[in-house]
Amino acid sequence: MYHAIVFLPLIAFLIVGSLGRVLGDRPSQWITCGAVITSVVLSLVAFWQVALGGQPVKVEVASWIVSGTFDVSWALRIDQLTAVMLVVVNGVSALVHVYSVGYMSHDPHKPRFMAYLSLFTFAMLMLITADNFLQMFFGWEGVGLASYLLIGFWHHKPSANAAAIKAFLVNRIGDFGFALGIMAIFMVFGSLDFDTVFAATPDQVGKTFHFLSWEWDVMTTICILLFIGAMGKSAQVPLHTWLPDAMEGPTPVSALIHAATMVTAGVFLVARCSPMFEFSTTALMVVTIVGASTAFFAATVGLVQNDIKRVIAYSTCSQLGYMFFALGVGAYKVAIFHLFTHAFFKALLFLGSGSVIHAMSDEQDMRRMGGIYKYIPQTYVMMWIGSLALAGLPIFAGFYSKDAILESAFAAHTGAGQFAFWLGMAAAVMTAFYSWRLLFMTFHGEPRASQEVMSHVHESPWSMLVPLYFLAAGSILSGILFNHYFVGDGHEAFWGQAIFLGPDNNIMEAYHLVPAWVKWAPIVAGVVGIAVAWQFYIRRPDIPASLAKLHHELYLFLLNKWYFDELFDLTLVNPAKWLGRLLWKGGDGRIIDGFGPDGLSAMVLRVARRASALQSGYLYHYAFAMLIGVAVLVTLFYTSSGVGH
Amino acid sequence: MILQGITFYIFATIAVAGGVMVVAARNPVHSVLFLILTFFTTAALFVLIGAEFLAMVLVVVYVGAVAVLFLFVVMMLDINFVEMREGFLQYMPIGMLVGIILLVELLMVLGTASISPEVLATGTEPIPDLTQRQNTAAIGDVIYTKYIYAFQSAGMILLIAMVGAIVLTLRQRPGVRKQNVADQLARRREDSVELKKVQPGQGI
Amino acid sequence: MIEFLTIGLGHYLTLAAVLFTIGIFGIFLNRKNVIIILMSIELMLLAVNINLIAFSAFLNDLVGQIFAMFVLTVAAGEAAIGLAIIVVYFRNHGTIEVEDINLMKG
Repeated sequence: MYHAIVFLPLIAFLIVGSLGRVLGDRPSQWITCGAVITSVVLSLVAFWQVALGGQPVKVEVASWIVSGTFDVSWALRIDQLTAVMLVVVNGVSALVHVYSVGYMSHDPHKPRFMAYLSLFTFAMLMLITADNFLQMFFGWEGVGLASYLLIGFWHHKPSANAAAIKAFLVNRIGDFGFALGIMAIFMVFGSLDFDTVFAATPDQVGKTFHFLSWEWDVMTTICILLFIGAMGKSAQVPLHTWLPDAMEGPTPVSALIHAATMVTAGVFLVARCSPMFEFSTTALMVVTIVGASTAFFAATVGLVQNDIKRVIAYSTCSQLGYMFFALGVGAYKVAIFHLFTHAFFKALLFLGSGSVIHAMSDEQDMRRMGGIYKYIPQTYVMMWIGSLALAGLPIFAGFYSKDAILESAFAAHTGAGQFAFWLGMAAAVMTAFYSWRLLFMTFHGEPRASQEVMSHVHESPWSMLVPLYFLAAGSILSGILFNHYFVGDGHEAFWGQAIFLGPDNNIMEAYHLVPAWVKWAPIVAGVVGIAVAWQFYIRRPDIPASLAKLHHELYLFLLNKWYFDELFDLTLVNPAKWLGRLLWKGGDGRIIDGFGPDGLSAMVLRVARRASALQSGYLYHYAFAMLIGVAVLVTLFYTSSGVGH
Repeated sequence: MILQGITFYIFATIAVAGGVMVVAARNPVHSVLFLILTFFTTAALFVLIGAEFLAMVLVVVYVGAVAVLFLFVVMMLDINFVEMREGFLQYMPIGMLVGIILLVELLMVLGTASISPEVLATGTEPIPDLTQRQNTAAIGDVIYTKYIYAFQSAGMILLIAMVGAIVLTLRQRPGVRKQNVADQLARRREDSVELKKVQPGQGI
Repeated sequence: MIEFLTIGLGHYLTLAAVLFTIGIFGIFLNRKNVIIILMSIELMLLAVNINLIAFSAFLNDLVGQIFAMFVLTVAAGEAAIGLAIIVVYFRNHGTIEVEDINLMKG
């Protein structure tokens, strides 16, 4: 059964990827959707058995590399953490597959799209069921590849191509750190198996290694290197620049990859390596600070964005920051819980926005929307549900997970934790604000779109709405239903050995014991944000414009994403391009080509031309040459053999 | 001895001067004439050294045949008087240099060479004493016996040269009517004469 | 003075050398016409003959003279053929100026 869960999407990808054009659109869609839906059903069974039943499983598939002491094999590790992720990944993937049938109905390349979606699903499944670091890295790279292919799906658009390359390159930087971490692990532990490494971790605490005349703590170095990989994949500052541009891809892609699954791979990595992170307080502190900064930064930028998808993208970035600083204070289970609930409502928000875009004839700028809630009521209700879950209002899923994160940050009683708490609170206010800004701008007020667009506004087909229903159900119920298991009193029984908590880590109990104002603060923050948004966009719509004019530089600063892209351009991209051009034109062109092929051929031509001038056609020239030859020979003969004086 | 020396120098000088003028003369006919002069003086030198047969052969063949042939061609072709072109000066320095180097080397070889006594004694064909056998007769003795094959092939060469020269320059002039005796003799009555019955008053 | 006047082998050989060089000069220093080249060749062959005769006399060997005779034969034949070629060339091209004979150019 576990083989089927992981390999069905791969088989679907292979069939549709190679034979898609032959099979046609409908069969391709049936094959891929069928494969992933089967996987979902099996994942639910696995979840029932492994997580709720408490029986982790390890399945050997095949041997991979055997080279001296380096022994790595393909194996599936299904423990509670994996089971949770399986449900998330397969569930969202299946819903996105079905949604794509409707959303991409006008696209001429449907089989390719479905194949890529299945490829991504397979790679993500490989990542989460990996039993060793190398297999996880394989999945890691695989999702990066699938992300590149899907972002650049409309490859005739140069902006899409650029965005895809940007995503891949920025990811690569993170992957480099991850690879270094893996190599460090092998160097220190001699193996890449999770079980072996985690068991040997306590022995390595406090050990250092020597590098560049400094002593480096082993566990801290490894954990920070792994975290760099997580930063790249999960779009934390400063490796976040690819995420907003990734919105160039079709909306189902954004929902699947950049909301629910790929970007959560980083969170998953840190949670999986909790046995290692727990032994390095420095690394945890780094995680906390980076996560909190990202949460705050992304929320500020999301306040002023005008593209509907970009607002949701920055919201994702911000929520990922939440997950990371939850990990950083030791509340791994809370972070995974938030990952679980976030997948539902963020995918809901993305797919809902896709529905809006579809209704508005592919318009994505919110400044050209408005006043359409009467025409697309179902989508409108879905978006409300998603936003309420995101803001963390009671009953909805976000309330349980997000509030738990903020309480954990407060309860950590460390400097980093306090930092995270206050930034998280500020981000919570901003989250609510920009979510309702989105709702009001898109659905309420006077229609700002053209007459023609407004006449075409229609509700989406059922293939797009049914997934929304499922996700809405998840957004509402997943918090209530699973709170007990993930973070509540049943958390130890539920998680078992999947997540490791160090001996000093009692965050799971401590976060329940925070003062009352801490428990109420997130709800208050949410309400405040909603109220301000209502004021700005319903009652007095002139305020935003005048505020923007008053604080023009601040507005531009936020609109241009804190000028991160420009900074990177200046310091990294342009020097790299300059170096590349120098090596290409100067090094390769002038030196290697100049001395080698070009220079040699030109020289041969020159010499040959000069030599051909000797063939003048005049006989006496030839006789002259012969004479000179005779003279030279005689002279040589004379002087060498020493004849005469 | 002294007379021999003076004679040698005179003839040698004239020979060299003639050679220079061959190259340097403006008029090609003058060039040929100076060549003839050189040949003559060389023949005299040959006589001086005791090879009188060859000296006469030189005069007869070289001067009488070759030089005359040159003269024929020079006068037959339409050759213009041409001033020395500028290019001459361009080549002069290096030509002089190379020529002088060659000359110097030749002389160096001559200066250091010496003849070993054994060679003097054992020649292939020792020259008999001039008083007993004349030079011509001595050559004839050798050439018709030991070197007969070379002699005959020399004759062949001359024949070939003659034929070759004619073949190269022969041209058929168009429109020249020549006798073809074989055709004349092979003529038959049937081909040339025909009887025709002529009606009176009609003509042919 | 007496040594100069005693004619030895070296004198003849020197003379031959000088004539030979003059002949070589004639080949490529002339700018006028091709017949000069042929005459320079004759000069060179003459120098060789002088060499042969001189050696024959001083080495007391008739072979030199016989060989000189054959050289003479060949020289005559070669002059004839060379002149025939020049005549035909003149017929075809109308000129025997050295500058214009460059068909072998390239």
